[in-house]
Amino acid sequence: MHSTDIPIWFFIGVLLIAYGALILGYGLYELGTGTMAVQNYHASIWWGGLLLALGLFYGVRFRPSRNG
Amino acid sequence: MFGLVPHAISAAGSPSAAALFAGLGAPSLAHLRPLDIAVIAIYFVMVIWIGFYLKSKANTSEEFFMAGREMTAWIAGLSFVSANLGSLELMGWAGSAYQYGILAAHWYWIGAIPAMLFLGMVMMPFYYVCKTHSVPGYLKLRYGQGSSTVAAVSFAFMTVLMSGVNMFAMAEVMKIVLGWDLNFSIIVSSLAVAAYVALGGLRSAIFNEVLQFVLIWGGALLVPILGLVETGGWTGFKARLAQNIANGVTPAGDYTHMWRSMGHFADNPMGIHWTGIVFGLGFAISFGYWTTDFLVVQRVLAANSLRSARLAPVIGSFFKMAVPFIVILPGLLGLVVLQNSDGSLMHLVGENVVAAHPGAGLHSYNEVLPLMMVRYLGPGLLGLGITALIAGFMSGMAGNVSAFTAIFTYDIYQPHIVKHARDEHYVLVGRIVTIVGVIISIGAAYLVMNAAGIMDYVQALFSFFISPLLGVVLLGMFWKRATRQGGFWGLLIGTLTSIGLWAWVKADPSALRYVAISPDAKDMAENMYRALWSVSTSVGVNVIVSLFTKPKPLSELTSVVYGVTPLPTEEPVPLYKNEWFWTAIAIVIFFALNIYFW
Repeated sequence: MHSTDIPIWFFIGVLLIAYGALILGYGLYELGTGTMAVQNYHASIWWGGLLLALGLFYGVRFRPSRNG
Repeated sequence: MFGLVPHAISAAGSPSAAALFAGLGAPSLAHLRPLDIAVIAIYFVMVIWIGFYLKSKANTSEEFFMAGREMTAWIAGLSFVSANLGSLELMGWAGSAYQYGILAAHWYWIGAIPAMLFLGMVMMPFYYVCKTHSVPGYLKLRYGQGSSTVAAVSFAFMTVLMSGVNMFAMAEVMKIVLGWDLNFSIIVSSLAVAAYVALGGLRSAIFNEVLQFVLIWGGALLVPILGLVETGGWTGFKARLAQNIANGVTPAGDYTHMWRSMGHFADNPMGIHWTGIVFGLGFAISFGYWTTDFLVVQRVLAANSLRSARLAPVIGSFFKMAVPFIVILPGLLGLVVLQNSDGSLMHLVGENVVAAHPGAGLHSYNEVLPLMMVRYLGPGLLGLGITALIAGFMSGMAGNVSAFTAIFTYDIYQPHIVKHARDEHYVLVGRIVTIVGVIISIGAAYLVMNAAGIMDYVQALFSFFISPLLGVVLLGMFWKRATRQGGFWGLLIGTLTSIGLWAWVKADPSALRYVAISPDAKDMAENMYRALWSVSTSVGVNVIVSLFTKPKPLSELTSVVYGVTPLPTEEPVPLYKNEWFWTAIAIVIFFALNIYFW
């Protein structure tokens, strides 16, 4: 890859940030309204949070300006 | 199974494509909420963004067809394993795990790992050093234009057909799982694939495969985790399963061991024997697919150095070993956690039973993964799971189309139609062929829609070529004496052997006892032994013909044959970057898994 390229990991980071924010946000909303299904084990919160954290890591670590 | 399933491996025994659809229940399994739709829409925006971004990186033929040979070991490795991680494969093997137990993991471990490591450590130097653009390209260097053209034409034809089958498969699954219209799914997915492959070439296809890989793990990993939490871990699962079997609510069987019931064909529900698993699946089919199918090898050829090219399949092998966690385990967990609306244990059944009782609310084995997703995944997460399935289908289509484009342009168009043109001409041809490939795929999708039985024939067609090709490539790579005529006749007679055995069993099912050497053998065993016979025939014929014909001078074999190819000396690297070190680790884990689940 050329040094000025946007790495695939940055795209993945952006995607995970979007997904993590949406899913975590919905999980928190569910928690607030008490509509969580029993078998979910609050998965939206911790899985959404995990996706968001990974997304932030990849998004920041591989942001294009670092490689430019 | 078909589509993204490895062609040869799919033919080796996962549920048939026609059966997969025949059995899926009529009402849609899941209902998406706006949040789920948003998750899916974001994915489509992302892939188109990537396609447009990469357009400027695909100006030369080397960039368009080979991704500029700039892929790191990680990207090539994830793409390599992702090209084989399709949605129908996930669904089909999860269903097989529900039906047969952990035996299904053979297709992920012995049916993949040894071949992947062999490709990386032994074969990759020859593919890489000779700078071939494709597997038929290697055949041209080693055996001449004849064998290369035969392999290229058959591969191009099958690949584009498979892409269409894939497209139809995705549309059908989306209709059944979500209730989406078939035409809508076909048009949207094909437009997206055509756009990002025509724009960005192989690099775009590879990027999307890596994206798909992340999505599949992000969308599917939660299911087994929550399933294990609910059952109290692996031990708790086994206890609940044993209780269900003792109570007679689950059919008796050994669901949690891989090798104990392999002593005789009649001892296991798949009707297979360890010799078929080890030599048929573990060698003839697996090596054929992982080392000679251009669809997967193309990903590794795009690596940025020989070390990366060798490391890529090794990296892929670790993830391949982990795939049963998101495929086999959900199928097994479904045996004890899936419930009907009245709280009783749900019993999934065969496709024929579902078809015979329409409206009875029955679900087939192949629906176990969507059912588990619906059970555990709430809004947003379900959208992520569905996006993972869509991404799997689309990247599979993109893989087929990009491989078709490279093979057609390099191995058919360039040597036979326009031999000496400017580089830009071939890139333009590549972009046009991509669009044409997608259009043919759409035609094939509608053809299959009107004649579902064709799908299983397409699978069989792939299996005819893969194993004989393995024999020809292996002998060509490791035996200097193999001749042009030996390669051609080995490939031809090996293929005819495979077709002949298949037709024999098709015409007379009792012939299976001869092909698989046991009256207790079942369909899956036939595929394994047929592959074994065809690779043996291919090698045998190649050896005999070669001994009676004139070999190429050694000077013409430099860089394509073991013993006359000077391999470049690689810079010493720390142990943690050394491919042999990671290969050794992969071998240890491979044996540990098989022993643990013995």
